[in-house]
Order: sequence, then structure tokens, then C-alpha cells
Amino acid sequence: MHKLLASTYKEFLLITRDVGGLAILFIMPVVLIITITIIQDSSFKSIADNKIPILLVNHDNGLVSETIINGFVESNAFQVIQKNKEEEAKDLVFKGDYQLAIIIPEKLSLDLDKKVNQNVEGILAKFGLEEDVEVEIKETILNKEVRLYFDPATQQTFKSSVKNGIDKMISKIETQSIYKAFQDQVSEGDDTEAIFETDSFISFKEIVPKKGDKEIIPNSVQHNIPAWTLFAIFFIIVPLSINIVKEKNQGTFVRLRTNPVSYATVLGGKTIVYLVVCLIQFVLMLLIGIFLFPKMGLPTLDVAGRLFNLFIVAFFAGLAAIGLGLLLGTIAKTQEQSAPFGATFVVILAALGGVWVPVFVMPKFMQTLSNISPMNWGLNAFYDVFLRNASFIEFVPEITLLLLFFIITVLISIIYNEKKNAV
Amino acid sequence: MIRIEQLSKKYKYADTYSLSNLDLFIAEKEIFGLLGPNGAGKTTLISLLCSLIKPTSGLFTIDGLTYKTSKNRLKQLIGIVPQEYALYPSLTAFENLMYFGSMYGLKGKALKSKINQTMDILGLSKFANKKVSTFSGGMKRRINLIASILHEPKVLFLDEPTVGVDVQSKNVIIEYLRILNEKGTTIIYTSHHLNEAEDFCTKVAIIDHGKIITQGQPKELISNQSNANNLEDVFLALTGKGLRDHA
Repeated sequence: MHKLLASTYKEFLLITRDVGGLAILFIMPVVLIITITIIQDSSFKSIADNKIPILLVNHDNGLVSETIINGFVESNAFQVIQKNKEEEAKDLVFKGDYQLAIIIPEKLSLDLDKKVNQNVEGILAKFGLEEDVEVEIKETILNKEVRLYFDPATQQTFKSSVKNGIDKMISKIETQSIYKAFQDQVSEGDDTEAIFETDSFISFKEIVPKKGDKEIIPNSVQHNIPAWTLFAIFFIIVPLSINIVKEKNQGTFVRLRTNPVSYATVLGGKTIVYLVVCLIQFVLMLLIGIFLFPKMGLPTLDVAGRLFNLFIVAFFAGLAAIGLGLLLGTIAKTQEQSAPFGATFVVILAALGGVWVPVFVMPKFMQTLSNISPMNWGLNAFYDVFLRNASFIEFVPEITLLLLFFIITVLISIIYNEKKNAV
Repeated sequence: MIRIEQLSKKYKYADTYSLSNLDLFIAEKEIFGLLGPNGAGKTTLISLLCSLIKPTSGLFTIDGLTYKTSKNRLKQLIGIVPQEYALYPSLTAFENLMYFGSMYGLKGKALKSKINQTMDILGLSKFANKKVSTFSGGMKRRINLIASILHEPKVLFLDEPTVGVDVQSKNVIIEYLRILNEKGTTIIYTSHHLNEAEDFCTKVAIIDHGKIITQGQPKELISNQSNANNLEDVFLALTGKGLRDHA
């Protein structure tokens, strides 16, 4: 115990003497969380002065184009700039000046009406409701095409959401046109007689978890703080592994090997100090979420009633990260090996863990891999506490996995060290 | 005290043995000098005796103990002063010594008093609270020595303890080692300073190509070698004048 305390104190001195390193340990995660949250929050929020300019060439000038334009304007996310020529719009988009150009074809509204009327008349004739028995030669109406030009650098997610939005708007117009055609045919043009209710019959309501009577509505901060805090916690493997490699290279490790002290005790001292660092990082993140974010116009982090559980998750996530750092430091021979590997590995673990992209949208193989990422266990445990209002018992599986990960990595480190020194 | 029998060491991927069937006995309270050209096997022998590496074959005992059966007892019994400065540069001299002393189970006032006393003898008292990174080579060598003797080892291994230090520091180190030896510590020491070894050691062994080519008291070796006026003459006569560069 005395040796463990001495080792812990030595690690404390080493870490506090490196003021620059210490500052990086605390300042960089703070900068990271602020930057990411601001970026992500603005992606989801409609900010008046942050509209995306898009080009629109309107050859239709009818109801359909009017609905599309209004749809974009009302979304508050886009600024619609009208152009006269398709070629001009296309060039501007392909040069990267604009993200998107929408070309609405000629007579789109008119032809849509005609097409719908043709179809409705056909249906009514089948039912014998059509009074005009004269056989009309049907006009051939060609299918219409709304053309979209995207900047080649535009991300797929943006493309998909724009396409879905336009598709939804057009479907709505089509449905309304069908209703209107039926209304006109059946009521013989009498608009006062409402036969159809054109309002949507099916609506969506999101039911969110409740805490007492209060609904838990997640915001970007509730999502970001756990994800990026975990990312920052795992970055501890870089300074920790460097600490061990340095010790090996400066000869102190040779002296320790001749001392009557076990490698486990040496690692124990490092674990305690770096775990405290992880928890301080976590506290800093929480404080930023609670006090700084509201002042920056971002949502407040709500930790009410969850603080104890959050610290438990942070504690075990910290242990897992430290286990990995100890293993990396034990195996690596130089700082040139440990630092780049550690940094890259954390990014890979974060990607696998669902920090960048949610796990459920990953390919099956990656989803399986994700199950063995400690960052995934940590993130799930944090989401359990932050967003799913889970009780302690519900996130026990995740923290058990984190603890096992720590134990296994430390055991491998000790065994590797023993084997390595048996030259 | 130290009994070595048929001790051999061949490193992984090495073509030749660094130590080959070495037999040696070092008596208690001896100041034993291991001399030899670069790559002769001196550091390998010390590393083996300090359990930093494992032998390929053979065995040795220190005070009748082996690492297989009494690892921690043996570690408590020995002290090693490595060739490199095995110290934390960002810690003060006192903090370094407190830490390494604690690793031997020393604590509290007894440890502090031992540190202060030894630092005083080696002329470092006023630098106790200065960071080691600010020390000169000679000061670091002295701290390196203190870190190895706080637990009062019965056997002290020194791998070139005076390399790169000024005459004054070297003198202080050698004098202090003499004091330790007088108190009963057996000293095993490697050096390229043959004049220093001639004065300091009670017995020396010259090693080359992993084998002991001669051993005895320095004066005895000088008198047995024709045309030799000092240990350096004996050394050159036995190991040759050719360069021993190796990578």
C-alpha cells in the first residue's frame, strides 16, 4: 500500500510539473466540446442569418412551383435565388458557388392537373358516374422531371434530405390535385360543397420518455456532451502511453525493475492519477454544459437527478481508457509509436462506438465490430443515463464490460511486461 | 557472497554468446572491478546479477539466494547504479530519492533522515529541492548513486559510475563507496578508468569476448605481466590494441 501511495504521489508530481501537458489535457477537450456542439447545434437549428442559398429556375410558374418555393422559404433553412436559365444555374452549382439548383419544367402544374383529371375521369367512368358519355380521345401527357443539380462536394446526407423534402412536397401537391379533381367532378364545380377532407388523416406524434411529469426532450447538448466527453476521456491513452514509454527510455524503469516493487503497483499509481484526470475532465465538461452553453445561446445540459449515475459511468469509462493506455505504453517502444497510434486508435474506436455516425446506420459487419468497442459501451451507458432516464441496474452490463476491459488490458500489460523482460 | 557457475548469455538474434560458461566467486566486502573493452560482457554480467535479463544457461547465487526462489528478498539485498541517469528529470533530487526509497519499503522520518544525511555527505544538500533536470552530470551521478543505496544494500552493483564526471565528483563518489565498503557493502563495479580501478578495487577480473581472461588483485596482476607498470598495461597486453567498435 505504501509503495502504491508513493507511486501515485510520484505520478501526481510528474503530471503537475508538466504544465503545458496538463493544460492540453484539460483545455483541448473543452475546446473540442464547445466547437462540436456549436457546429452540430447550428445544423439542427434554423438560424435566420445562416440560410443556405440555392438556385431555382422556374419554367412552370404554376401551383407546383409555387408550393416548392414556399416549402423551401418556410423551412427557414434556405434562401431561394431565382435564375432564368438552366445552363447558368448548372454552371454556378458545378463550380461550387451554390450547393443546389432546382429546375422546374415547363407546364408542370398544368400537365399535373391534366393528368390527374384524366385519371379521375377514367375512374369515374368505370363506376358509371361520368355523365359525359362521349368518347374523348385522351391527350398524351408525358411524365415530368424536376431536375436537381448538386455541387459534387455536397455530402450525401444533404442530398438525401433535399430530395426527400422535394419528393414530399410534390406528393402532397399530387394528392391535393387528385382530391380537387374528384371534388370538381362529383360536386360539378360547386366549391361550397366539401366532399373530401383534404387534411392529413395520419399524423405523427413523438412520445418522449418522462421523468415524473416532465418530458425528457433531448437536445444537441444532451447528445454531444456524453459522446465527446467519452472521446476526450479516451484521449488520455496518448499522454498515459507517452508517460510509460518515457519512463522506459529515461532509465527509471530499469531501476524500478531492480526494486522490490511489482509492475502492477507501478501501473496502479498511474491508474489512480489518470483516473482523477479523467474525472476532472468530466466535471469540466459538465460545468461547460450547465453554465457556459446557455450563455452561448446553446441548450443547457440537464443533469438533475442523474449526477451520481453519470459519475459512475465516467469512472468506468475512464478505467477502460486507462487500461488501453497502460497496454499501449507497455507495448510501444518509442513515443513515435505510441502517440500517433494512440490518437488514431481513439478516432477509430470513436467511429466504431457511434460517436461520429450512429451504430444503427452502420453496415452489419461494422455493427458487430461496434459491440466490442469500449467507447460504444460507454456511450450507451451515458445515453442510458442522459437520454433514456435509465436506473443504475439498467446500465450495469455496460459498466461491467468497461471494468472487464480494464482488467483484461492491465493483465495483458503485466504478462507482456513479464515476458518481454525475460530476454 | 556471489557465486557464479557456468553462466552463459546469448541474446535473441545474436550470433555469438555475450557471456560464455563464466565461473566467478566474489567474496563478501570485496570491491570487485569488472574490466574489459566495449562489448566484452561486463554490462551483461551485471544485468544478469540484477535480474534485468535471464541467463541462457548456468546459475548464480547472491548471499546464497537465487531469483527463482527469493526474488524480492534478493532485490532488497542488492542495489544497482545504472550507467544512465535513472532519475525523473522534472522531480527534485529529494522527490526522486523519496520515491526510490519508498520502493524499498522505507518511509517517514527514517527515509527523510537517510536522504538528508547521504546528500550531505555527497555535497548535494543545498540542491535537494532543485529539479534534477537542472543538475550537472556529476550531480546527477551522485543522486543516481544515492537512489541505489538508501536501503543499505549488502551488494552494490555500479555500471561505470564515474563516466563523464569531473575529477571532484569522481573523487567524492569513490570516497563514499569506500565508506560503504568499510561498513560491509560488497561492491561490484565496471569501469573504463583503469587507474581508478587500480586504486579502488581489491580485486579485478578482465573480461573479453564473454570470458574471464584473468582475475586477481591489481598489484598481483601487474607483477605477473611482463613489462607491465600498471593495470592499463596488463589490460592492453591481454585484450590487444585493436579497436572494439561494434553496433
